[in-house]
Amino acid sequence: MPSFVVNVMLKPEIHDPQGDAIASACHRLGFPQVASVRQGKRFVIEVSEPASEQRIAELAAELLANPVIEEFSVHPA
Amino acid sequence: MTARIGVVTFPGSLDDRDARRAVARAGATPVQLWHDDASLHGVDAVVLPGGFSYGDYLRCGAIARFAPVMGEIIGAVGSGLPVLGICNGFQILCEAHLLPGALTRNVARRFISRDIRIRIETVTSAWTCGYEAGQEITVVLKSGEGAYAADAATLAELEARGQILCRYAGSNPNGSAGDIAGVVSSTGTVAGLMPHPEHAIDALTGPSADGLPFFTSVLRALAPA
Repeated sequence: MPSFVVNVMLKPEIHDPQGDAIASACHRLGFPQVASVRQGKRFVIEVSEPASEQRIAELAAELLANPVIEEFSVHPA
Repeated sequence: MTARIGVVTFPGSLDDRDARRAVARAGATPVQLWHDDASLHGVDAVVLPGGFSYGDYLRCGAIARFAPVMGEIIGAVGSGLPVLGICNGFQILCEAHLLPGALTRNVARRFISRDIRIRIETVTSAWTCGYEAGQEITVVLKSGEGAYAADAATLAELEARGQILCRYAGSNPNGSAGDIAGVVSSTGTVAGLMPHPEHAIDALTGPSADGLPFFTSVLRALAPA
């Protein structure tokens, strides 16, 4: 079945406390070179009939991401 | 006839019982609304309570926004239905675009559960008209994703239009933009805040009775002029 990948990230100006926590864990684990981490979400969507990237982008804007704080990109999988 | 105030229970709601108790203490009739209801059963106002609706899946409030009862509420807001969102209820109102902005993870990465002071900034709303402008009250804050976020233009607009419902007094507990604890729609009828006025209606069970005026205010707003 055709599928799409939607990546969702917090906008750069939105603070990401989870990313900060992961960065500190990297340092404790012996990766001092990790300067920063931003955590996002990846959705894999299978469609039972052909759908345009535009249509999937509408879904992402309406549900998968909150455009107030997040940005997203859509790719064919 | 006493006002009938609906309190929605979503799967994962926690504070619906306290919200109904606060409604009753204010002198109104609490009406249980279920997330799957396709009717508001003639209620005069609605409270969306705190909790973890739908397990906070995707984002807090993101799934609840599509519940059948929310469709009814969104329709009725256009006709002036007063709605108060508390904690998860506030997150749902933001996700439903009934209020501007969004709630993000606390800056200190910890769930906060403690008494805090907030200052009531707007006393023209349906839910705060029983307070004095600038009045400071003690209520409970209990949330992990309570940091209010909105872009600079939205924040300036909220300030200019008197839509900042309340602010954290003293130190900012969660990193909210502009110390904002709650906001209200331009119509003054739809309000949301992260702290819990419904837990503060009786000194026996809460830190104060400072939260009760939220529930008596709406009765005043509903009363015929």
